[in-house]
Parts: sequence; structure tokens; C-alpha cells
Amino acid sequence: MLSFGHAVYYGLGGFLAIHAINIIARNKFAIPLPLVPLIGGMAGLIFAMLLGWVSTKRSGTAFAMISLGLAELVASSALILRTFFGGEAGVSANRTKVLRLFDWSFGPQIQIYYLVAAWTLIAVIAMYALTRTPLGRMCNAVRDNPERVQFVGYDPHVIRYFAFCFAGFFAGIAGALAAINFEIANSAYLGAVQSGTVLFATYIGGVGFFIGPIVGAIFVTLLSLGLSDLTQVWQLYFGLIFIAVVLFAPGGLTGLLMMHWPLIKAGTLGRMIPAYLIAFVPTLAMLVGFILCVEVIVFHMVHAGGDSHIKAFGIPFDAENRGVWGIATVLLIGGFFIARMTWKMIAARWDDALNEARAKGVAA
Amino acid sequence: MLELFVISTLNGILFGMLLFLMASGLTVIFSMLGVLNFAHASFYMLGAFFGFQISKWFGFWPALVIAPLLAGALGAMVERYGLRQVHKYGHVPELLFTFGLAFAIEEIVSIVWGKSPVDFRVPALLDFPAFTLFSTNYPAFKIFMLVISIIIFVGLLIALKKTRVGLIVQAALTHPHMVGHLGHNVGRIFMLVFGVGTALAAVAGVIAGPALVTQSNMAGLLGPILFVVVVVGGLGSLPGAFLASLLIGLVQTFAVSMNGSLAGAFGPLSPDLATTWLSDIWNVTIAQIAPIMPYVLLVLILIFRPMGLLGTRET
Repeated sequence: MLSFGHAVYYGLGGFLAIHAINIIARNKFAIPLPLVPLIGGMAGLIFAMLLGWVSTKRSGTAFAMISLGLAELVASSALILRTFFGGEAGVSANRTKVLRLFDWSFGPQIQIYYLVAAWTLIAVIAMYALTRTPLGRMCNAVRDNPERVQFVGYDPHVIRYFAFCFAGFFAGIAGALAAINFEIANSAYLGAVQSGTVLFATYIGGVGFFIGPIVGAIFVTLLSLGLSDLTQVWQLYFGLIFIAVVLFAPGGLTGLLMMHWPLIKAGTLGRMIPAYLIAFVPTLAMLVGFILCVEVIVFHMVHAGGDSHIKAFGIPFDAENRGVWGIATVLLIGGFFIARMTWKMIAARWDDALNEARAKGVAA
Repeated sequence: MLELFVISTLNGILFGMLLFLMASGLTVIFSMLGVLNFAHASFYMLGAFFGFQISKWFGFWPALVIAPLLAGALGAMVERYGLRQVHKYGHVPELLFTFGLAFAIEEIVSIVWGKSPVDFRVPALLDFPAFTLFSTNYPAFKIFMLVISIIIFVGLLIALKKTRVGLIVQAALTHPHMVGHLGHNVGRIFMLVFGVGTALAAVAGVIAGPALVTQSNMAGLLGPILFVVVVVGGLGSLPGAFLASLLIGLVQTFAVSMNGSLAGAFGPLSPDLATTWLSDIWNVTIAQIAPIMPYVLLVLILIFRPMGLLGTRET
């Protein structure tokens, strides 16, 4: 199921956690900070239980639309209900004011780091355990073939609902951790941007594999940190990478890697390596040409008339120089045509290698 | 009160017709290709920005024709070289593709035209009050918008009901495989429909651009409402989309112009609750909740009539 509104549970978890910290601090309840994410998780769970029943009636496109509508509903309500959500400024809290356990104040960032790491580890283990239960198995079955699940005697709606509730729970924990980390929760937590980022991470990493979203989250975070240092229009590259993944690698990065597993088992992977190396050169040339073109165009659109010696990806060049324009065009177009030939070669080699793997009986 | 009522009705119908210009394309694309085009509102935005640029170079009237054609050609190319590649992976990747596209288009637009609103003016020819109603001047450009949307609506109706192409499109709405079996080039019909649908959205963009704000976040603001229209009307139902567009147009316009609140209506009761965190709900005016009205409608429809107002299909 494709959800455009996952940030709702993330954000509500965050808000509830912030309010919880404030209430605990005011009333001196004996609840230490490490348990607060559980409150966020419960908040996510409760809201997922409330909203989930309507939205999980259908899957696929209809579900995506409904989740988007609900997300907009909650996000715009957040700006109206000012007392609870704090309007545009958000709600803040002081995490050091709650009960101390083992003399950990959670003031310094390193302690928060360990807290987040511990909770993430617990959540990952819990999620992995969940996929091993009968419910987890049925979730996979509903994803692959809901009609057959119905024939077996399960209601796909109920299974989707359970999966949705668990997803809300984990999103709530994540929201609470974020709220503890930044000591603030504001309406941006609930917004479409947050949902979009999560979606990008999940699909770039690869759906259908347990480690896919983990890989995706790490990759996307590194990318957004790295790219934003290197170029001004990193969000554009980000969107284009996402489109490229959807177009050419529907299984995401993990799917791409897992495709090679049968070849490794059959020992025919070695044959692919020369083809990859040959294809790598023109593909790289094409990408460099493309990036040059984009940077030159961006320069002329955004800083027209400014200093033309710009720096992108750490490489300085002159955006006014006609030579640079020429190189960029040649690299882009020439690279594309040569790269296309090498891609065909890769496909042919791939088929050979896979056939041999099949002949050895290791690939389906 | 009567003045408010008449003006709000006019504005509501106008907004509804604009929504329908976009929702019609979205609905037809959805019924034929099974793809919910997330980037539909982006083409509306592209239409507005192309219109702005072309009207700066050649004037508004050429822009009204050229901008939709450009956007439509772009849409057709997106279908041919993008969507058709993803089609083999299923509907959800198609949806994701259009989602990524919407993201990329917004970035490109904000790079090219900047993030702040551009100065897209009403053409001088139409910059006068059409009539004065109860001391309110109603601008001629809004009447022009209304006329254009109605002309396109009628044209679309005739094209769908009376022409051969319309016949094939209608057939493909309900029985896409049968149409393919009968020897029509379904791929080309898809490309055509996608192109025409995005061009319609771009027309809406060109005529809405001067009246509303032309800005790089306009797609993000309108997109979700468009989906609400399509779901409320019933997935894949054109008359449903028409009805839902007008409904949402009217609901939103009327909500904005009303100023009542629970506190206003039941003020003297003033329960103790009103002073706690519930005071927001107590004091909020109808005008303030106008932005969430469409989504409330969406949730209500989903609970009580999941197939939409005039929809027949469950999925």
C-alpha cells in the first residue's frame, strides 16, 4: 500500500510526546524520558486505529488518494487548532526536566544519540519479528494476491488495517524521538513534505525487502546532506534520482542488488563485471554532461549577470564559457548514444549469465 | 445578504468550473490508463507559467492558445517516454512516477521563474468591471473565465458524445481491452488523451493565472483538492467530476464568506469547556475552516458512499 500521509502519525506522535514531556515535568510524574517514545507510539497507534478503518477499505491507488486527503485534513487542522498544535511556531519542551534515571540528564546530544539508536534498534527488531509472525506472513500474502487471501478465509481489509495500525505505531515512535531530539514539534512535522521524503526514501531503497527502507533512509539522508553542500539545486537532482529509480529499478537499490544473488550463487557474476565497467564510462560521461548542462542553465536563470565562475560538485568552471557549453552538450548527447549501446550489451550478457544460472538450477 | 449570496454563487461556480477543467482531464486519464496523475496540477502550473512567459513576449491571446498546446505536447511526451515504460510494473509505480514528476516540475519552475509570485496581469482588453451588482464591481475577466470554461465544457461534451474519437474514448473508459481487440491503437489513444487532459489543465492555468496567484507552489495547493473532486465525484465518472467540482467550488466560496462560529451561534450558553483547549473549536469561524472543508467532505463521502457521488466502480 502506498501512503501519502504517513507523516500524520509521525507528527501526531511528536506532538503527543512534547505534550507528555511538558505534563510530566509539570506534575513530576515518575516517568523517565526513555519511555516517552512509547507515548508517541501509542498516539500514532490510536490515530491509525481511528483513521485506518476508513482508509484501508481499499488498497492501491484509491488508498493513496484517501491517505493524501486525510493527511491534508490533519495538516490543515493543525493550523486551526492553535492551542494544541501551537500554530505556526509549534510547541516546545525541555527534555531535561523529567525524572532522571541512573543520573542521565539527556541534556548532551550524545545521550540523545544513544537513546535514538536504542529505540531504533528495538523498533527494527520488533518489525523484523512482526514479519515472522503469521500476521506478517498474511500481510505479504495480501500484498501479492488479495483475492486468494479472501479464498483462504481471511479478510484482506482486516489484515491491511492491522498492518496500518502497526505502521502508525512505529511512525509515532519515530515522531516522538524526533520531538525529543529537537525539543520542538511544529506543523511541518505533519505536512506533505515529510510524507514525501519518507516515500522517496522507501522507494529508492526498495519495497518488498525488509532492509530496503533502511538502505533507502540512509541513502536519502546521506544524499540530502551531501548534495546540499555540493550544489544549490539538490532537490531537483533528488527528484530526478527518484524518477530514475522508479523508471529503471522498480525494486529500488536493494532490488537491484538482490537481482545479482542468483548469479553469485551460480558463479557467473564474473562475466557481468567487464560489461559493467565498459558501460560505466559512457554512462558517467552522460551524467557529467547532464549535470554540467543543468548547472549552466541554473546559473543563467538564477544568477544571470553575476560572477560566471561557479563551482558545482567541488569543481570550479566558467558558466559563460562557450567551450564548457560545447563539452557539456557533447558529453550529454554522445554519452547517451554510446551508453545506450553498452546498456544493450549489459542486457545481453545478463540474459546469458541468468540462463546459465537457471541451467544450474539456482535461479527460478 | 442577497449581495453576498449572488456574488458567492458566481465565484463558486467559477471556481467549480476551473476545477472541472482540471478534474475532467484527470478523470478521463484515470479511467483510461488507470493512472492517477499526481502531476496533473503541475501541468496546470506549467500552463500558468507558460502563459505568463508567452504573454510577456507576444500578448495574452496567443498565450491562451500556445501555452496549452505546449503543455499538452509535454504531457504527451511524458506519457510516451515515461509512463509507458513504467506501465509494466503496475499502477503504484506509475503513481510514484507522476509523484516524482510533480516534485521535479515544481523544482524546475522555481528555478526558472523563482519562488515568489510573478506579475501575471489581466489583459488590458478585459480589465474593466463587467457589471455592478449591489455596489460590487464584478470584473470582466472573471466573466471571460466563466465563458471559456463553459465553452470548453460544451466542446468536451460534444467531442465525447458526437464524434468518433469520443466514441472510442468512451468505449475505452469501460472496456479498454475490448477496444484494443477491435484494432484501435490503444497506445496512441492513451497518448492523445493524456496530452488533451494536460492541455485542459494548462488552459485552466492560463485563465486562472492572472486572477489567482501565479507561484511555484500553486500546484501543491491545488493538487490535493483535485483528488478530492475526483474521489467525491466517483472515480472515472465525468458527470460525477462535474457535480463534485461545482459542489466543492460552492462549498469553499460560501465557507470563506461566512463568519459564524459555534461561539457566535451558542454564545450565551458558554460551557466551561470553551475555556480549555477546546476553545479553538468553540471560537473558530466557518471562514477559518474553509480550507479543510473539501477534506471533511472527502472523509464523509468515503464513510457513507465509498464509490463517490455518481461512481459505479468500487476501485
